[in-house]
Amino acid sequence: MLIVMGMRYEVIDHTADIGIVAYGSNLNALFSNAAAGMLSLMVKTDTLRHDVTKTISLEAGDSETLLVEWLNELLYIIYTEKLVLCRFDILIDKGQLMSRCAGQRLEMKSRRFIREIKAATYHNLEIVAKDGEYSARIIFDI
Amino acid sequence: MVRQGEMRRIDDYRWEIPQDYKSGMRVAGMVYADSTMLDAIREEQSLEQVANVAFLPGIVGRSLAMPDIHWGYGFPIGGVAATRISDGVVSPGGVGYDINCGVRLLRTNLNEDEVRPKIKELINHLFSNVPSGLGSEGKIRISQKEMDDVLASGAAWAVKKGYGNRQDLDVTEEQGCMEMADPDKVSDRAKKRGMPQLGSLGSGNHFLEVQVVREIYDQTAAAAMGITREGQVLMMIHTGSRGLGHQVCDDYLRLMGGAVRKYEIALPDRQLACAPVQSDEGRDYLAAMACAANYAWANRLCIAHWVRESFTKVFGKDIDELGLEQIYDVAHNIAKIEEHIVDGKMIRLCVHRKGATRAFPAGQKGVPDRYMSVGQPVLIPGDMGRCSFVAVGTERAMQETFGSTCHGAGRLQSRGAARKIMRGSDVANELAAKGIYVRTDSVESLAEEASYAYKDVTDVVGIAQGAGISRKIIMAAPLGVIKG
Repeated sequence: MLIVMGMRYEVIDHTADIGIVAYGSNLNALFSNAAAGMLSLMVKTDTLRHDVTKTISLEAGDSETLLVEWLNELLYIIYTEKLVLCRFDILIDKGQLMSRCAGQRLEMKSRRFIREIKAATYHNLEIVAKDGEYSARIIFDI
Repeated sequence: MVRQGEMRRIDDYRWEIPQDYKSGMRVAGMVYADSTMLDAIREEQSLEQVANVAFLPGIVGRSLAMPDIHWGYGFPIGGVAATRISDGVVSPGGVGYDINCGVRLLRTNLNEDEVRPKIKELINHLFSNVPSGLGSEGKIRISQKEMDDVLASGAAWAVKKGYGNRQDLDVTEEQGCMEMADPDKVSDRAKKRGMPQLGSLGSGNHFLEVQVVREIYDQTAAAAMGITREGQVLMMIHTGSRGLGHQVCDDYLRLMGGAVRKYEIALPDRQLACAPVQSDEGRDYLAAMACAANYAWANRLCIAHWVRESFTKVFGKDIDELGLEQIYDVAHNIAKIEEHIVDGKMIRLCVHRKGATRAFPAGQKGVPDRYMSVGQPVLIPGDMGRCSFVAVGTERAMQETFGSTCHGAGRLQSRGAARKIMRGSDVANELAAKGIYVRTDSVESLAEEASYAYKDVTDVVGIAQGAGISRKIIMAAPLGVIKG
């Protein structure tokens, strides 16, 4: 499944910081939409190319930790490799995440950046599954 | 939501959240606010967070909230919590992501009438000389080995490299170096993120500000800081440990998640994840946190060096003629091992200050010799359109708040709400009309940092003074600002 970003999340306001509520019909979609939501707060993604690919593998004891680690991994790659990954093909199974990702290298000085998001936090984080729909509220440190 | 009847008014500036407010609280909460500010605080969940912090094992006294309290994640911003070293915990969330985010203040011999005509030239020079903005990278290139030296020795590294002098260290909290730092406890990932950013301001609420002294409340204490008159020009630097601190916090939050299960600690919010101070996890975190704190002190000293360089270029005088001396440098996101009196006994505590400033009184160990008779300077920046304060710590702060007071104005509105009120360019025009020249890499983000997004720092400092936890010495207003 290849999910194109730009859908299925809402931005929420938080006094000190900023957050999103992401949705998805399964964990794979939820994680992809959460990443899209986070990136929408950071960078103008609509014209980004997908010419650099990268595979990310992560492991965690529970889905919430995996979600925070996934988002923080994307941030780490942005800050250390100057690579904004914005297309994801994610597979999550038994606490393991494997994602083939594609995106574009972008210098931090690029006008496409809107703001610096420094970390996804665990604050009140909970992945809720209801009527076949997953949702997660994530607050970012900026 | 903590409601009206659930808080007990102690006096005009103190409100208690009783220990029985929530099952699991080990101590009561205490909020420093007046009734007007309390109404604003009540609109968000920060009081609930004060109650949540009271769950931490080993917490003593009360879970404290300074008057600039606002909603954080886990801990409220403006939160202070002290835990026993013997059986208490340390929580990375009680320090925050930007470890040793703090403020450095320099004084000058210059007066407003000398600086105002050159303010654009000065701000433009500073803007090109000090790397700022989103993901900004410093001008300093260091090897991993040298990075370890920065992490171990902090501001002293910067002095060794010619970015400052011995006198700067004397007037820096911890003299710019926490000895418990151990670079081996900082991940390679964190080092990789921090190495290119050493000597940069960053973005968000970080700034450089040229200020002019508008009011002096205590001439003697001000004189000890080299402030002798209204109209005197000061220079304020606000930044922290950049990506390094964030990665250290993130790395250890993950580790603490496991520690919470291992030590069977019950918490109301995962962001409060913690481990006993006397455990491998706790000790390792403190050693890594100290490294990030040291990096931040080195960072602010490097920036101060370029600030001095810009002043000498623009005014054609050397540093001595300009009197560009450091007044003080304080951390406002940090955990410190300190000794305090609890129930009549002196005990060692881990004092978490998240968006709170150490405020030690005159005569207290840890206060620089220069300030021993007046108290430790407390640097309290306001928003870029109003003013900032320098205060000093008090004996009452030692007795009640583990020697802590407020750290700034505190946000009132979310960034999204602030953006809806005014555009960034209009904010810049409004500031220009007030005689404040602003430069930024991101005009859009100016709206997020506009005055109306913050509490009035004058009210915040007034409450801290009314409560007796700090005493204001001077007030200064901005002439020019670089917003990161």
